[in-house]
Amino acid sequence: MDNLIDILDLSVEEIDELVEKAKDIINNPDAYREKCRYKKLATLFFEPSTRTRLSFESAMLDLGGYVIGFSGANNSSAAKGESVADTVRTVGCYADIIAMRHPKEGAPLVASMHAGIPVINAGDGGHNHPTQTLTDLLTINMEKGRFTDMTIGLCGDLKFGRTVHSLIEAMSRYAGIRFVFISPKELKLPSYVVDDYLVKNNIPYEETTDLMSALPGLDILYMTRVQRERFFNEEDYIRLKDSYILTREKLSVARPDLTVMHPLPRVNEISVDVDDDDRAAYFKQVRYGKFIRMALILKMLGIE
Amino acid sequence: MNIDGITNGLVIDHIEAGKGMELYNALHLGDLNSSVALIKNVSSHKMGKKDIIKVDEVLDVDLEVLGFIDPNITVNIIKDNLIVGKKHIELPKKVTNLIKCKNPRCITSTEQELPHIFKLTDPKTRTYRCIYCESKAKEN
Ligand SMILES: [Zn+2]
Repeated sequence: MDNLIDILDLSVEEIDELVEKAKDIINNPDAYREKCRYKKLATLFFEPSTRTRLSFESAMLDLGGYVIGFSGANNSSAAKGESVADTVRTVGCYADIIAMRHPKEGAPLVASMHAGIPVINAGDGGHNHPTQTLTDLLTINMEKGRFTDMTIGLCGDLKFGRTVHSLIEAMSRYAGIRFVFISPKELKLPSYVVDDYLVKNNIPYEETTDLMSALPGLDILYMTRVQRERFFNEEDYIRLKDSYILTREKLSVARPDLTVMHPLPRVNEISVDVDDDDRAAYFKQVRYGKFIRMALILKMLGIE
Repeated sequence: MNIDGITNGLVIDHIEAGKGMELYNALHLGDLNSSVALIKNVSSHKMGKKDIIKVDEVLDVDLEVLGFIDPNITVNIIKDNLIVGKKHIELPKKVTNLIKCKNPRCITSTEQELPHIFKLTDPKTRTYRCIYCESKAKEN
């Protein structure tokens, strides 16, 4: 694999391989501490995303490598008007691999055409964020021990959330998956996602506005943020927002082996009284995110 | 120029009625010194109405452009009043700098020197998508 721009660049086999590698790292971290010795990761964050950048940098440091880079357009060459192509040509002379975040869609693809070293898309606007999807996949596999035969509920903003669309895309490739989409009518899953991934692959799904009625049937509940700015008026937002907040009380109707996920940061869509419930996996998800990025860096550098 | 027949040149036929001008512009026919005729709303058995373009010069036509606009177009090459060749039009797999990506969030909106490249993603619906942001090309 040369670059990772879109989650669909990876075959199911490659995803399985990455997940297995990440699990091996989790079980034998010491065996990996020196794997990337003298290798450099450049984190080029043309827009800040502390969470994602720290995950990439920790991953490289835990592999014994070094990290260089910048965060925020003001601190970068872009502020002086340099093109993405020229920036990565320069960085390609210093580093062995790039993780790039950019506000414009397609910027990491442009980078991959000119860098001469592997490029990982660490998020390009609302477009692609493949390492978030890999994180979600590792979390599902770690918590459930499998990728097949489960009912996945996605709740909140299903219209604009690219993370949600990518997860549906990725999970649609496994057998025995059922989806339940829980959202206000205003934030329903776009029809092209339904047509392209679900109808085309004959995947059963259900759409509902009611979290409580959907909860008992779920193996996984993936929560997302319902943002105020997505609503035309304040009234609708106030009326709807509480219906899509997960609380300990609501969880009482859910299965004991439910897994609750969230890409973070959360605002109030999961109340803090859920945090110490065994079913809450969203902070574990952060931890898994580092391990899957370690597996990815190794794979892209061709290190066993 | 006799617009019924030409001695040496090209006849671009079976253009969907109304698209002749678009084609005229896409092929930069306005820059030519030779005679060019754009004939609109010609009645046709197959199509009801169609447009035809005749050029009094054997041009090297960009088939990619034609195929992108409409793969049903035919091109006849005329020499000494005879059709000596027909060019076969295909839906191009990729078009470069023929259309522009209009998505304001696309990297092409800020990096002026990037080529605008669209890839054919669904031949059935003739869907082209920007290789950077995956936006659909606006339906012509
Ligand atoms: Zn674009």
